[in-house]
Amino acid sequence: MLYDGAKILVGLIIGLAFFVSPFVYDAGKPYKKPEPQLTEKAKKAGECVASKAFMREWHMQLLDEWRNEVVRKGERYYRPRELARKSTLDKRLLDQWRHLVSDGTRHYIPKTDKVYYKSLQNTCLDCHSNKSKFCDECHNYLGVHPYCWNCHIAPEEKK
Amino acid sequence: MDVNRREFLKIAGLSTLFGVGVNSVFQLLAPGELEASLSPLKKDRKIQWAIAVDMKKVDDRMLDKAVEACHRYHNVPKIPGHKGLKWIWKEDFEHSFPEQENSYVNEEIEKMHFPLLCNHCDNPPCCRVCPTKATFKREDGIVMMDWHRCIGCRFCMAACPYGSRSFNWGDPRRVMTDEELKKLNPDFPTNMEFPTRTKGVVEKCTFCYDRIDKGKRPICVEVANKIKEQAFIFGNILDPESDIRTVLKERFALRRKPELGTGTNIYYLI
Repeated sequence: MLYDGAKILVGLIIGLAFFVSPFVYDAGKPYKKPEPQLTEKAKKAGECVASKAFMREWHMQLLDEWRNEVVRKGERYYRPRELARKSTLDKRLLDQWRHLVSDGTRHYIPKTDKVYYKSLQNTCLDCHSNKSKFCDECHNYLGVHPYCWNCHIAPEEKK
Repeated sequence: MDVNRREFLKIAGLSTLFGVGVNSVFQLLAPGELEASLSPLKKDRKIQWAIAVDMKKVDDRMLDKAVEACHRYHNVPKIPGHKGLKWIWKEDFEHSFPEQENSYVNEEIEKMHFPLLCNHCDNPPCCRVCPTKATFKREDGIVMMDWHRCIGCRFCMAACPYGSRSFNWGDPRRVMTDEELKKLNPDFPTNMEFPTRTKGVVEKCTFCYDRIDKGKRPICVEVANKIKEQAFIFGNILDPESDIRTVLKERFALRRKPELGTGTNIYYLI
């Protein structure tokens, strides 16, 4: 027989209760899918610098590439058309993970001659000025806390 | 484990050989790879931005305006005391040019205030010591800061002979909530198009790299020249036809601590 069986059992039950508590706490509550919202300006623009599916999954790599190009090479402008030809992102990342770009069309680059100023604070957040409803919606859901906002200033939102 | 004298000497000898050997292999196959991080600038580079400050046109009021404009543009908060931050500031002759200290100095010059900022050296000691390459020399000669990479070790601050660098001892955004600091910075952040920095990061003048990339001149130059034309002469010092080279041919200029061989690019026309 167990030594101190009663104590161990009580301990086990308390431990188990702790472990199960989040499941019990959330049981019955409806699952809430994150729904990032577009601003009127973003809706009107109709397209981002790349397709929706691409941006959903690769915006962090794109931002990382932008930051290195801007800060370290002084390349300030982004031309989606050119990206298809020259970008390391295209070859290095996309070939590797192409199956993940899930809109099926594989056309992740808009066919546009538009030139974008590479800037999180001035370009991305110009359209997506609703950080709490756009960025935070998924970030909070996934429990990720990017530290972009420690330095880059998010626009003020009207309540 | 028992090691006798003979075995110990063998191991020590082999280790020494290994160390020396690996080092020589590196020197042979990848020369310079083991050096500190400063990559030598290309000899044939075409651009090195520089400023010549015409001290005959500069006055205190203009410098205050330029400093204010710079700090507002780059969201540099006003913090009193030794935790303060500065990108550009004014200083008297004695402290700007300590090696020039004659016993008897021209009175006019003695009273002058000089605008001091990062010198964007040809040979920047800060870049040499930075362990993460967070500070580096851009192709166009700007000594840049990549605040994403800075780990706040402050080697660069120790290395810079000009005191051009400041450290964020706390989150600069605390000035928005702290009672005392809020009074000094009522409208911080002052430029919504430029980021702030964060706690534990070193900052300094970047020669307004974002403005230069857009074809504009640095904000201090812009502001000073609005008050008096050609007070700050900005240009490419490697271009013999440029304004700055022309004026340097005609006028006598001082640079800060030239004896250090850093190759500063801020000139003071006396």
